[in-house]
Amino acid sequence: MSRTTRLSSSLLRAAAVTGVAALTLTACGSGSGSGSSSSGSGEVKVGLITKTDTNPFFVKMKEGAEKAAKENGAQLSTAAGKFDGDNAGQVTAIENMVAAGVKGILITPSDSKAIVPAIEKARAKGVLVIALDTPTEPESAVDALFATDNLKAGELIGEYAKAAMKGKTAKIAALDLAPGVSVGVQRHDGFLKGFGATEKDVACAQDTGGDQAKGQTAMENCLQKEPDINVVYTINEPAALGAYTALKAKGREKDVLIVSVDGGCTGTQAVKDGKIAATSQQYPLKMAAEGVKAVVSFAKDGKKASGYTDTGVTLITDKAQDGVASKDTAYGLENCWG
Amino acid sequence: MTATTTPYSELKAPTTARRLLTAPTTGPLAALLLACAFFSFSTDQFLTGGNFSLIVQQVMVVGTLAIGQTLIILTAGIDLSCGAVMAFGSIVIAKMAAEGSLPPLLAIGLGLAVCGGFGLLNGLLVQKIPLPPFIVTLGMLNVAFALTHIYSEEQTVTNLPGPLTALGETFPLGHTDITYGSLVTIGLFLLLAYSLSNTGWGRHVYALGNSAEAARLNGIRTSRLTIGIYTVAGLLYGIAALLLISRTGVGDPQAGQTDNLDSITAVVLGGTSLFGGRGSVLGTFIGVLIVGVFRNGLQLMGVASIYQTLITGVLVILAVTVDQLSRKKAR
Repeated sequence: MSRTTRLSSSLLRAAAVTGVAALTLTACGSGSGSGSSSSGSGEVKVGLITKTDTNPFFVKMKEGAEKAAKENGAQLSTAAGKFDGDNAGQVTAIENMVAAGVKGILITPSDSKAIVPAIEKARAKGVLVIALDTPTEPESAVDALFATDNLKAGELIGEYAKAAMKGKTAKIAALDLAPGVSVGVQRHDGFLKGFGATEKDVACAQDTGGDQAKGQTAMENCLQKEPDINVVYTINEPAALGAYTALKAKGREKDVLIVSVDGGCTGTQAVKDGKIAATSQQYPLKMAAEGVKAVVSFAKDGKKASGYTDTGVTLITDKAQDGVASKDTAYGLENCWG
Repeated sequence: MTATTTPYSELKAPTTARRLLTAPTTGPLAALLLACAFFSFSTDQFLTGGNFSLIVQQVMVVGTLAIGQTLIILTAGIDLSCGAVMAFGSIVIAKMAAEGSLPPLLAIGLGLAVCGGFGLLNGLLVQKIPLPPFIVTLGMLNVAFALTHIYSEEQTVTNLPGPLTALGETFPLGHTDITYGSLVTIGLFLLLAYSLSNTGWGRHVYALGNSAEAARLNGIRTSRLTIGIYTVAGLLYGIAALLLISRTGVGDPQAGQTDNLDSITAVVLGGTSLFGGRGSVLGTFIGVLIVGVFRNGLQLMGVASIYQTLITGVLVILAVTVDQLSRKKAR
């Protein structure tokens, strides 16, 4: 290659790279919804860090935070891990937000334990840190926790399932989240508690990662192992819908009771359509809105939010059972997320 | 099809200025500086010593992986297993020291050896069977990923002894705090950059990447060289494992899942050709910084993280396009 070619190619590289970078920046700057980058405007800066950018639950959480930020005159910046479990990505996001001068950070930890040192560093710099949806381990690593009581969410569908079975002998399948993740463990334990069952009564337990395709595979395998399963506990509605598909393929969708947790709009619609018997609905929008308000009030009068705030859970079903409080899918669809 | 490129070291260099302008790192460097200028104007917090120290801290793990990745890509290979091998190394170090009651230094040595062993195995499979690097390292990615999760029992390892996190500690330099790990990474970049441009080994690496057959006919022991390069890369992943532990303060089985792709991104942005034989480790350092600066700068501006992914993607495609176009011209 001649020297001139080399020269022009490296200059071309520089020009092209920076040109598009600048263009992209201008484009996204106006479309990001987080408003102008004007600093020193006196607005309280709030950071929101979710597990991923793509899960509808976190999309809704972001919406709730944006709305609350607008109402309270705060400036919201958001970040997320690249995948569920991306601790390093969340650590980087915390550092950058602290550098950007946020007053408080709302975080849904991907790894309850691994994130703790980074949170401690941020708190040491005077930043208020609130965990949303998922507690840290230990819970005291953050100033406050705004979350669903996952044990209670599990209990509600456990009680419902017990009432719906009306004394029939239950053969339970549990489609769980993943080993060691507290949300999944609490919902699972809550279900068993509400149902009055123990681990021994679970005929088949499989991890699904909360994923529909994996939920379907798990249910197919469970049916292979124990064909007479008649109650299916699922970690969330995608897993429940996967289970439904597997049951339908065997013609069993009518006589197997599926219960779930989450209350997403697709999931709530599935309850209305009779694919899922009941679900415990949680409220991510409320978690985020309360979080933003807490940071703004901390910025105004220095009052730190503390302890655990239950953001509520409601049992949604159209086949209500005596002695189990529930609301119908009309209410569920009005308050669903996603 | 083989393009005839003059190795950079053999270019005549009439003037220093000319040499600087024609260096393969000029383009990426210009991009980096322009990005820095842009963020300096856009936010108040970007142009501070503390922030630059932070960016280097944030990129040191992927940066160290990317050094190994550069060596392998220079031989026209690729390593998809680097992030997974690092994760396994980090769990070995963390568990051995925290639960296996091995002295921390021994645990670190064991972690380095395990990662080096993975590199050696990659190299042997690529060279001796031989199998395509893409396939070998894809398989190894899954092996290392699975071993990590089996060995860790899906549990994050906490309560690490001090020496394991020592590289994450800081020392003051002027008004800012620098981590020791940042120095290690920068030192490794300089060491490998020197080795590639000023030693016989370095010239052999470039020769191997340009044409393995020609290199062999010229008396270079290409088999030993290739296996050596994969092993060195593995050892670098072991160092990255230690840096990772020191940064997060825990042993995390979920770590490193996209780091293989991030390291390739850095190599490509730094101007190293995926077809082998052309590029530099210093270019990769600039590539790593470009990603770090964009992520940090956009966050300071309050731009959502999904746009960081978008921009990185566009930059990578551009960098490869420019590489291809310049090759076509050279034919």
